[in-house]
Amino acid sequence: MSAFRVDYGARAAYAGDVGADFTLIDDGTEHRVDAEIRGERVLLSADAVRNALGWDLKPQGLCRGDVCVPVRDASLKRGAGIDLAILAEHLDRPLALELPIAAYVGASASTRGDQLASLEAPDFTLPDLDGKPHSLSDYRGRKVLLVAYASW
Amino acid sequence: MALDKSAEDARPWIEAAAPTHPALIDFDHHVADLYRIINVPTVIWIDAQGRIVRPNDVAFANDALKDLHGIESGPHHDALRAWVREGKLPIATDAIADKQIRPTATEQLARAEYRLAWHLHQAGHGEAAERHFARADQLAPHDFTIRRGSMPIRGKDPFGADFAELFSDWMAAGRPYYQKLS
Repeated sequence: MSAFRVDYGARAAYAGDVGADFTLIDDGTEHRVDAEIRGERVLLSADAVRNALGWDLKPQGLCRGDVCVPVRDASLKRGAGIDLAILAEHLDRPLALELPIAAYVGASASTRGDQLASLEAPDFTLPDLDGKPHSLSDYRGRKVLLVAYASW
Repeated sequence: MALDKSAEDARPWIEAAAPTHPALIDFDHHVADLYRIINVPTVIWIDAQGRIVRPNDVAFANDALKDLHGIESGPHHDALRAWVREGKLPIATDAIADKQIRPTATEQLARAEYRLAWHLHQAGHGEAAERHFARADQLAPHDFTIRRGSMPIRGKDPFGADFAELFSDWMAAGRPYYQKLS
């Protein structure tokens, strides 16, 4: 049983707003999408779900590549729209919402946990002081000591 | 890797150290998220094949604050030298995976709230950002990258009263951190 929760941020409901001014962030990658805001629900088009999150709603469920997740909750599909919160629940991914501006779909605990337990160090790219990007994979073939610190 | 909100925050330290190694900035804490880094300093050893051989641990560069945290810098330096020079690993290969701490669903929701807050802050939505930073704080009260890391972004002093409160919460909870590796 997951401790999945949806967090809405305490904003007034926006009934039926439709616009392309919604930012959907998939684990750090930002996408501008068409979203219909109905109260506290965010409805996305199938195209938005495919382009931003990589999933297709097919008869056999939500599919990405060879993986399909069966639809457990029929309210996933509302008319032509896909409910973002129900979608995130199906993917077991945390969702943070600031309506009507943005949504952040985070990485699931099992995705992070499986990666860390595999002991394969996840690749990443970060800038230095001059803005030049460096990736962990640049250092394959050398031992790396990763030190996290801060000015705080 | 500085878990700082800007290059300028990290710059004085990096320039003073004049390192020969890459000194990077994890502005949006995506690497903290990937590696479940919950406080600083955190050290992680990654071998030449890209495998984690010593999981998240706290280690200090010197003994300047040893009286405060009780951790001597010598043992980690010694272990590091033995690894670099002799390939010696302090944890048996088959015991390493068990030492990895997996994040919980609540921790991942806290990360989502924090990273949404960061996005909102960058986009100029300060009031909305504050609400999501506060939510992240509630969900991950002992994650210093969230609670203390957000203070400079929110105009709070990471060495002031808000930090004193965080520190006493943390002490009262038994100083939760990573686990002892040895």
